[in-house]
Amino acid sequence: MFAYILKRSLSGLLVVVLVSMSVFALFWYGPSEPARPICNNQTNNRCSAAKLAQFRENLGYNNPIVVEYGKWAKGVFVGREIQFGQIPIECPAPCLGLSFRTNQPVYAEMKERLPATISVALGGAFLYVALGVPIGIAAARRRGTVGDKALVSSFLFLSSVPYYLFALLMSLYLTVIYQVPIFGTTGYTPITENPWHWFTGLFLAWMALGIFGCTSYTRYTRGSMIETLGEDYIRTARAKGLPARIVVYKHALRAALVPVVTIFGLDLGLLLAGTIFTERIFSIRGIGWWGVEAVAVKDLNVVQATTLFGAVMIIVMNIAVDVIYSVLDPRVRLS
Amino acid sequence: MSAQRADAPYLVVDDLTVSFPTEDGQLTAVTGLSYSVDRGQTLGIVGESGSGKSVSSLAVMGLHDPKRSTITGSIRLGGREIVGLGESEMRKLRGQDTAMIFQDALAALHPFFRVGDQLEEAYLVHHPKASKRDAARKAIEMLDRVGIPQPEARAKDYPHQFSGGMRQRAMIAMGLINDPSLIFADEPTTALDVTVQAQILDLLSDLQSEYNSAIVIITHDLGVIAEMANDVLVMYAGRKVEFGTCKDILTHPEMPYTWGLLSSVPDLTASTDSRLIPIPGNPPSLLDPPPGCAFNPRCTHRDKVPGQLCTTVLPELVPGVGERHLRRCHLADPEAIYRTEIVQDAAGGAQ
Repeated sequence: MFAYILKRSLSGLLVVVLVSMSVFALFWYGPSEPARPICNNQTNNRCSAAKLAQFRENLGYNNPIVVEYGKWAKGVFVGREIQFGQIPIECPAPCLGLSFRTNQPVYAEMKERLPATISVALGGAFLYVALGVPIGIAAARRRGTVGDKALVSSFLFLSSVPYYLFALLMSLYLTVIYQVPIFGTTGYTPITENPWHWFTGLFLAWMALGIFGCTSYTRYTRGSMIETLGEDYIRTARAKGLPARIVVYKHALRAALVPVVTIFGLDLGLLLAGTIFTERIFSIRGIGWWGVEAVAVKDLNVVQATTLFGAVMIIVMNIAVDVIYSVLDPRVRLS
Repeated sequence: MSAQRADAPYLVVDDLTVSFPTEDGQLTAVTGLSYSVDRGQTLGIVGESGSGKSVSSLAVMGLHDPKRSTITGSIRLGGREIVGLGESEMRKLRGQDTAMIFQDALAALHPFFRVGDQLEEAYLVHHPKASKRDAARKAIEMLDRVGIPQPEARAKDYPHQFSGGMRQRAMIAMGLINDPSLIFADEPTTALDVTVQAQILDLLSDLQSEYNSAIVIITHDLGVIAEMANDVLVMYAGRKVEFGTCKDILTHPEMPYTWGLLSSVPDLTASTDSRLIPIPGNPPSLLDPPPGCAFNPRCTHRDKVPGQLCTTVLPELVPGVGERHLRRCHLADPEAIYRTEIVQDAAGGAQ
């Protein structure tokens, strides 16, 4: 098991390196002129051609890409000094460059944004499962009945609504039109500062993610459960005289959850990579919002960092899913 | 069970009908089936897929969803009527008084739980006061009893780590862990090698004489019947079409369907040139069974019955030549036809 995790981590690391290279190259060869926003920023939008050329030079865009990637990669491990304008700025390891907009190290900004995104992601992911799995089980046990059909079709309808519309409507009705008191102000307050505000500020975001996301989990669980309930070993469990509760929640659920866990791992990775709509709609200053802001002002280093962070999350969750898979299903051998 | 009269068989099935609503209409899988099995006795039920063998046994086990099936008639277990019994009562009988050994043990054992744990669970559910340690001891004892070497170690294995024969042994151990009075063995050896088959059948016979249980063995393998059964019940399209002692059914069957079953089994004493004679056609649809005798479209002897009775009138069960022998056939003297045509043909084919 340990050897497997090590092996997968190494290959995951290789993927991260490849992703970092391609992201770097994408922005290097991309059609945007990264020196322009910095130059505009630093000269109060009076960026002359000479100034622009100087910023280009400072940013290293006149050097070969390999040299610049080397500098960037070295910065990730040991940190480096970066000079945009007159004063050089210290960027400690792990250095992902400086934000063009704020001149702050990207990593420091990311660290500030991360707790909000983690809070949103974990709460939302928890609701995916906490709502989706029990509803899916209930539907599977009543398959074919009116209740099941009504549930499946209403959930299908719900999940066909665009998420941003769903979240916006939720925000509109609960905070603007009806002004439900505890949802009054959304936003992120660190849990260490005030746990109650942390909870109330994020509650709507969690509900929006959870209610919308649980529709897929209901469908996955229902489908997987119906398949499992038809398995021979479920008939065996009933033939042993086990109560229906144990047959369903111990024997069937254990097997039915395996595919659900796989999807959940990847979904959690995606949520951790940043929930753009949720963060914007519920004013939570997390990774997703940060990334969108950066795109708007062509803050390439931030965009690069959020892209890379997303890739790392997906890779980490992939490895985690494989390990959990082997724990859930003894027939799967990790090697 | 106190209600049982001393002379009544342990399991009495009387006029059992099982039907399921489907999108295409009511499907009657078993119609008016009656049979009985005594403790220490083995009844073999034979028939093709869809003949109602498994459905009738699952009905006795109470494994049909009451919402998705209609069961009428009577099933008495140790004198107690169980048709219409609630799920909680039925559940107490399952695994305790009745047990079922399924065909494909790899699919029938839970892939995610250790074999020992699955046996312990079967024990604990009917012995709620027993400790986990008692259950573990009992599980290992049963694994040992069915001939699994190093049972302590193997109890910790998962089903996929067992060989096919070992899995079937474990399945039997799990079925017998509460010493049930009635055991259904649904094609218990179909998925196994021939040599392992013989071992498993021997094991079942040994356990039967040890525990004095009634066994119903469901199979389409007449070799298994010959080895195990005292009585044989032949089913076709959900009905009993022939019943008799094992010897009677195998040596002078009186129903063309049974003849067909026997002719489609290889005979080791026949020459290697002799051909197997399959039964032509397919089993009928249970949604729309043919009028008259359900076997008539496939029967090569129906012309011998005057007045097209076979295609219009369902034959009643009538006594046959042998002791307790019953057959559902319009033929006036099937015994004679069997002796002169069927046995002759087989002998002719062997030359």
